[in-house]
Amino acid sequence: MKPDIYLYILVMAGVTYLIRMLPLVLFKKEITSPFIRSFLYYVPYACLAAMTFPAILTAPSGGLLAGAAGLGAALAAAYREKSLVTVAFCACAAVFIAERIIGMMG
Amino acid sequence: MDTVQFRQGLRDGVPIGLGYFAVSFTFGMMAVSGGLTPGQAVLISLTNLTSAGQFAGLDIILASGSLWEMALTQLVINLRYCLMSFSLSQKLGQGISLPHRFVVAFGNTDEIFGVSAAREGRLSPWYNYGAMCVAIPGWTLGTLAGGVSGGLLPDFLVSAFSVAIYGMFLAVIIPPAKKNRAVLLVVIGAMAVSTLFTVIPVLKQVSSGFVIIIATLLAAGAAAYFCPVHDKGGDTNEA
Repeated sequence: MKPDIYLYILVMAGVTYLIRMLPLVLFKKEITSPFIRSFLYYVPYACLAAMTFPAILTAPSGGLLAGAAGLGAALAAAYREKSLVTVAFCACAAVFIAERIIGMMG
Repeated sequence: MDTVQFRQGLRDGVPIGLGYFAVSFTFGMMAVSGGLTPGQAVLISLTNLTSAGQFAGLDIILASGSLWEMALTQLVINLRYCLMSFSLSQKLGQGISLPHRFVVAFGNTDEIFGVSAAREGRLSPWYNYGAMCVAIPGWTLGTLAGGVSGGLLPDFLVSAFSVAIYGMFLAVIIPPAKKNRAVLLVVIGAMAVSTLFTVIPVLKQVSSGFVIIIATLLAAGAAAYFCPVHDKGGDTNEA
């Protein structure tokens, strides 16, 4: 796996740069297709949601309950429209506390 | 060189750089705990300059996924930059030369796009260069700090930090989902699809990168078909 790592990085960086660069260099006209505009508008929400759940549940080493605590805290903070860093901190703190409680009970 | 624009870019880049430091610290930590060297983690941050794409890419590297999977995942996750670059292209105006466009493109992150889209009138590439001069070091040094110190952190802290990135993702998607029913459905739909691929025996075989692609295409595609966006609302994303 080791020698491949730079190949992975090259592919990652290359694709990411091309996506950013091609529209700036090739197109000066605005996209008009409502479907493509709408699709591009929804893409970040869909992909961030798919990355977050259910992965957040299994990320902490303390198990599903710790993950659920982190999810609940993050949802509550995000619903109150706290900043990115605050929401992240709430999630981490909830996991920390949940794992301590689970540890005391187990 | 337009020093006024450059300085304004530097100033607006400071909060961006600080936020990046915190996010990329987690990235560096996770990359090194997964077996990469801090140097490799820094190289990824320096050449990619994107949060969601790097975290997904790291998963693929650690799972020894294929290069096709890597390319497709980056394409889908970073597709939003395509829209942002279209928008920046309009705002720069046709007089801006190719070399400027090549450099502006490299620094077109969600946050830098956010501040440059908010500028009045035409955009000067020097404004973007100013913001990039703070944001890129913030992103890279945060990765280095996380990568170097991550191995020293006790397990319980690593476990707690492991949800930080998901917290940030939720902070991006929940507020718009509150206000816009279609976004809420997209979020729930994408989560449901990725859950199915985690739980159902046969679907479990599909690797995480492809699950993100499938969930994104299904949820965003269905929403674009059933709830097309009518206004110019494509510039409200940040991630």
